[in-house]
Parts: sequence; C-alpha cells; structure tokens
Amino acid sequence: MSTFFSPSPASGQKSFHFSKAQSFCLVLVCTLFAAAAQVLIKLGANALQSANPLAMLTNVPLVAGYSLYGIVTLLLVLALRDGELSILFPVISLTYVWVAILSVTYFKETLNVYRVLGVLIIVAGVAVLSKDGKQ
Amino acid sequence: MKTPVSSMLLVLLGSFIGSFGAVFLKRGAGKLHFAWKSLFLNWSLVAGVAMYLFSSFFFVLGLRKGELTILYPLVSVGYIWTLFWSRLFFGEPLRRGKFVGIGLILLGIVCLNLGNR
Repeated sequence: MSTFFSPSPASGQKSFHFSKAQSFCLVLVCTLFAAAAQVLIKLGANALQSANPLAMLTNVPLVAGYSLYGIVTLLLVLALRDGELSILFPVISLTYVWVAILSVTYFKETLNVYRVLGVLIIVAGVAVLSKDGKQ
Repeated sequence: MKTPVSSMLLVLLGSFIGSFGAVFLKRGAGKLHFAWKSLFLNWSLVAGVAMYLFSSFFFVLGLRKGELTILYPLVSVGYIWTLFWSRLFFGEPLRRGKFVGIGLILLGIVCLNLGNR
C-alpha cells in the first residue's frame, strides 16, 4: 500500500494524496462498485413482500448494497479531494451506463433504442450539470 | 415487463427527499471541525444523513416492481431539485449551462418512458 499512497510532503501528519491518474482510476472503480451496489439493492427490493422498514433492515442484499454504497461514497470523497473536479464529476455519471448494462445481463431486462438513448442523454445532462457547477 | 407508474413516482419522491439531504449536508459541512465528536453533534449533518436514509426507503419501495433500466436513471431528477435548492438556500447562480443540463436530463427521462414497453 505504501507505494500506492504517496505521503504528503507538506504536513507531518499521516495523510496521503493521490496523483491525477490515481484519482481518475479510483473514481472509475467507484462508478463500477456503485452500479454493483444498485444491483444488490434491486435484488433485495425484489425479495421484499411488504413495505415494512424492519424487513428492509434484515434484508441481506439490501444492507450489503447500501453498505457498498457508503464505502463508495467515502472513496469518492478521497478521490475528489485530490483530482480535478471538472474532469472527475462527469465521470461519475458513467454509473448510469454500468447500471443499464448490469440490468440487462443480470436481470434480463430489455434495451431498446429509446432506453439506450434515454440513458445516454441523461449521462450527458448530468455531466453538463456537474461540469458547469464546478467552474 | 413494463415498469409501473407507481414505482416511478416512488423513486421520484425518494429523489425529491434526497435532494434536501444534500442541502443539510452542505449546511453541516460549512461548519465542520475536524473532530469525530463534531460529526455527530452537527445536527445539520445528522439531518442530512437521516434525509438520505428516509429517501432510500421510498427508493427501495419503488424498486420492488419494475425495471432498474427505467427506475435508476430517474434518480437524476434529484440533481434538478438540488440546483433549485442551491439557488434558494445558498444563493448559488443558475447559469445557462445548468439549464442545458436540466433540459437534457428531462429529455432523457421522456426517452426512457417512450422505451417503457
């Protein structure tokens, strides 16, 4: 791990920083894990019989999915701290693409022209929003 | 399989509630000190996380029926609410580029609904 995390020269505290490339890779990995978390959440939701919050808390895929989501969020904060936000934020919208691909492969959902177009336009919209917001 | 409108409305309700979560987190982050205790005593942060948990309740309810291909992208509507709250509560400017983003997200959702069959 010590080769991956480069120590911060400025402070004497135990803190590490990512290079731009490392930040980019980390964000990309985060989008994949976020999509996997969505699949777990959907898997858990499919098994729910009623709208009981207690049944949600004891649903293993659901809890696993949200835990994964929590970890992804923390990793994203780390990656976003060191990288260029205007590049990294739009990358996050790739999650929509991975979720669509996983939905088709894992849940046998169907894609048609409208669905593919819809996802791509939303990815573009989210990317435009996040890029504009961070200028 | 067709995704029912009720599922879509539940997911949209979730994303609406979640957008307030972002507002509280932002409020809380503004007065954050780097100590573990301040994370839990910061009621804005606690409210933000609570809002997210509350919103995920509706999200999961919505996901029970229907397809992830249609339902997951609906979460992006939350970004639109967040823009308006940022303007309203924090006075952040709404530039032209943001309206382009909003328009694209809405167009994408219309497209997804056309493909919902």
